[in-house]
Amino acid sequence: MSDDLTRLSAAELAGKIHSREVSAVEAAQAHLDRITAVDGDVHAFLHVGTEAALASATLVDESLDAGTAPASALAGVPLALKDVLTTTDMPTTVGSRILEGWRPPYDATVTSKLRAAGITILGKTNMDEFAMGSSTEYSAYGPTRNPWDLGRIPGGSGGGSAAALAAFEAPLAIGTDTGGSIRQPAAMTGTVGVKPTYGGVSRYGLVACASSLDQAGPCARTVLDAALLHEVIGGHDPMDSTSIDAPVPAVVEAARLGAKGDLSGVRVGVVRELTGEGYQAGVGENFDAALRELEKLGAEVVEVSAPHFQYGLAAYYLILPSEVSSNLARFDAMRYGLRIDKGASAEEVMAATREAGFGPEVKRRIILGTYALSSGYYDAYYGQAQKVRTLISRDFAAAFEQADVLVSPTAPTTAFPIGDKVDDPLAMYLNDLATIPTNLAGTAAMSVPSGVAAEDGLPTGLQIMAPALGEAVMYRVGAAYEAARDAADGSPFAARTPEVKA
Amino acid sequence: MTAPTLVDFDDVVDRYDPVLGLEVHVELSTNTKMFCGCPTAFGAEPNTQVCPTCLGLPGALPVVNRTAVESAIRIGLALNCDIAPWGRFARKNYFYPDMPKNFQTSQYDEPIAVNGHLDVTLEDGTVVRVEIERAHMEEDTGKSLHVGGATGRIHGAEYSLLDYNRAGVPLIEIVTKMIPDTGGRAPEVARAYVTALRDLIRSLGVSDVRMDQGSMRCDVNLSLSPKGSGILGTRSETKNVNSLRSVERAVRYEMSRHAGVLDAGEKVVQETRHFQEDTATTRSGRIKETSEDYRYFPEPDLVPIAPSAEWVEELRGTLPELPWERRARIQQEWNLSDAELRDLVNADALDLVAATVDAGAPSGDARSWWVSYLSQQANTRGVTLDALPITPAQLARVIELVTTGELNNKLARQVVDGVLEGEGEPDEVVAKRGLAVVSDDGALIAAVDEALAAQPDVAEKIRGGKVAAAGAIVGAVMKATKGQADAKRVRELIIERCGA
Repeated sequence: MSDDLTRLSAAELAGKIHSREVSAVEAAQAHLDRITAVDGDVHAFLHVGTEAALASATLVDESLDAGTAPASALAGVPLALKDVLTTTDMPTTVGSRILEGWRPPYDATVTSKLRAAGITILGKTNMDEFAMGSSTEYSAYGPTRNPWDLGRIPGGSGGGSAAALAAFEAPLAIGTDTGGSIRQPAAMTGTVGVKPTYGGVSRYGLVACASSLDQAGPCARTVLDAALLHEVIGGHDPMDSTSIDAPVPAVVEAARLGAKGDLSGVRVGVVRELTGEGYQAGVGENFDAALRELEKLGAEVVEVSAPHFQYGLAAYYLILPSEVSSNLARFDAMRYGLRIDKGASAEEVMAATREAGFGPEVKRRIILGTYALSSGYYDAYYGQAQKVRTLISRDFAAAFEQADVLVSPTAPTTAFPIGDKVDDPLAMYLNDLATIPTNLAGTAAMSVPSGVAAEDGLPTGLQIMAPALGEAVMYRVGAAYEAARDAADGSPFAARTPEVKA
Repeated sequence: MTAPTLVDFDDVVDRYDPVLGLEVHVELSTNTKMFCGCPTAFGAEPNTQVCPTCLGLPGALPVVNRTAVESAIRIGLALNCDIAPWGRFARKNYFYPDMPKNFQTSQYDEPIAVNGHLDVTLEDGTVVRVEIERAHMEEDTGKSLHVGGATGRIHGAEYSLLDYNRAGVPLIEIVTKMIPDTGGRAPEVARAYVTALRDLIRSLGVSDVRMDQGSMRCDVNLSLSPKGSGILGTRSETKNVNSLRSVERAVRYEMSRHAGVLDAGEKVVQETRHFQEDTATTRSGRIKETSEDYRYFPEPDLVPIAPSAEWVEELRGTLPELPWERRARIQQEWNLSDAELRDLVNADALDLVAATVDAGAPSGDARSWWVSYLSQQANTRGVTLDALPITPAQLARVIELVTTGELNNKLARQVVDGVLEGEGEPDEVVAKRGLAVVSDDGALIAAVDEALAAQPDVAEKIRGGKVAAAGAIVGAVMKATKGQADAKRVRELIIERCGA
């Protein structure tokens, strides 16, 4: 029984809970049991909140038993929350020593919305420290392992959330995406990950990496589940000035429409600069196969050009570290978090704490950003990078004149072995080549599984990009492609995930 | 460190031209902070007016206080500035324990108000136009309290306590352009400018502008240029200038100090100095080994401030009568000469007199009380006039009691003294001290008769028709009644008793 519940999609599980076939507590317990069974190997979670989860599920059951309508379409469904969003009932560490054991006094807006929707928060998931990394190896608490192959990385920074889905430890998860941290792990683990339009989901309570790039979003094993979660967490928040004051796009409706399998009239743009050289063979093959699938569904596939995307990675690695250097200045041992009482002055304590509390990638980016913002360098680095950002936005605008959505492979390779790139930052950064432009432009994108690579049997992802607030068409295309792929495979993609074995 | 050589002020003015610049920080009296909903009341228990945002907790975000923006725009308009149609906040990055995020959210190269001016009237009526470079919005820091050690400064302290109640309180910084050609009047111009700015902001109702409580703070920038050369010198920036008098003294001291350095053939160090209230001198701040690089960049957590032209015009319509307009009106209404008005302004008594008049007193009486007796009292106590513990309403009541004959002037002063001593409302002081004018003829007649009997020669003169001699008897009666007699009635009774 337990195993069955963990294999269901969120929508299916919600249906059973709301019809009282299964209780929310049973659903929570099944997933907690699964975590106990496999998380020693996977290490998707930094904290499992068993009591809080069961208490929350009990409230949902009581409410449903009393005949009250479910608080949301996902009431009672368990979820894994990335450890970058604040929670009053669980620690929030951001994968860093500097916040080890920190218990925030407030809930992030996303956390509050999940609670209000009756979703059961199982625990907090592992991540690269402060969301900086593409493999989850930069977590101060040890790497997460890919359920497809425990010797490999699950992507990052949101490797914990993606691995929890692929290991059937949760049917839903929340990630955050600054340069690809939702989409790249989704591709690496064969799951669905969505980076909403910048401002579409509140950042209040999201511990900042880079403020102008960070965006929380839904992670799931199906496009419909992601859409259901998207509608729960999206929407305007007066506590976040950069939050968009507009209705959440009707993504559930769009996903249901897409699943009917008709994409006639939809123009799909292949971004020339994001295809061709530099991709692993199986990644390229699966991308081409996906394009053929989309055409079969009636979509018109066109080629578009985005000439400035080639500068995206460089611009990103100036803007992101600049914001990081300022955002992470507050970790100074004065009010919360780690404190190394070494030295006679506040400055010495700050320096000793930051030396001990931050890992190598975080320090690297703080130093890069401090340099890029320095007097005399600002115009050449930060200033130029902002201009590139504008040019990339214009590239998107021009491309969306020709196509309703743009597509590319999500990541250049499948999951690589743990330890492979951890000492080669540039190689690590190249993972996000295709995902970064979307963050720079503030537009929306998702990654949907596009099969497994012939050469290594590991999953690949199809990235679908949409204009700002254009999520509906993106979900429609994603759901249509997913349905066609499942039909061809004869089963949902998740069913192909191998059993976790050490 | 050797004491600086100071050059006599007149000598400085003979040989150098001072160039002034003033940066004034004004704490807005909004109900809530610049970027969060925490209250801003002064003097609350430490760390009781804080939240995730103003404590800089991980994940917390700022939201701009609309009222603070309104106040900034109104200040800009009152200073004749252009209001920027679009502008961003920036982050000023530096580490300090009382700054929760280790950056200050401020406006850097896109201030909300630019290019204004303020006309300042000096004591002799000369008007100086001070050009305003900019006014911009920013947030205040918390406060550090250094415990242990002799000086209360961070060096030598055993430990420090941090209070974040002030962190995030909205500030407006108003920066003048260089003020040239003030010569020996530079100290006076500086003081007059800060005074005029204070009055202007007070009239807008956007700040308490209390220098003693830190809701108005002034930095004095000064450099000297060899007379007539037009060559700009190196400036010093003097902080911690916490009263109008200190503004004047800081300028005067820095002029003498700069001249001493320059006369010795040395270079003035560009540095921050701190004004020492007790000695009226300035002391060098921490010498920085490297120049501070604040790494400004646009604040990504906030959207740009883009006040529409309609909103700006709507706010222009809310500007109250400005101080100079009000002074012109009051001068006419109270029928004052230019000199009388200036005396009132220079004594810092205009608002107090106006409030007393509003409470029902005739303007002449109100003026006389504030400018003479109460100004003396303030001097004696070493406080500013508005810090005296008597309200305009209380004074108006005292004046009313004199008008109705219940008090004479001498008694009225005693009532005012009682109020200043904290003995309560004027009527309570009258009752407690038993200060009512004695107008009971029976008691007065007895006293008059006694006085006449004691001075028979004077009594004879009065009887002989020399009414002017009655003054001596009035004095004696007043003395005998401890001043509580109505002098006019006493005189009438004397004449009556002498049958003159």
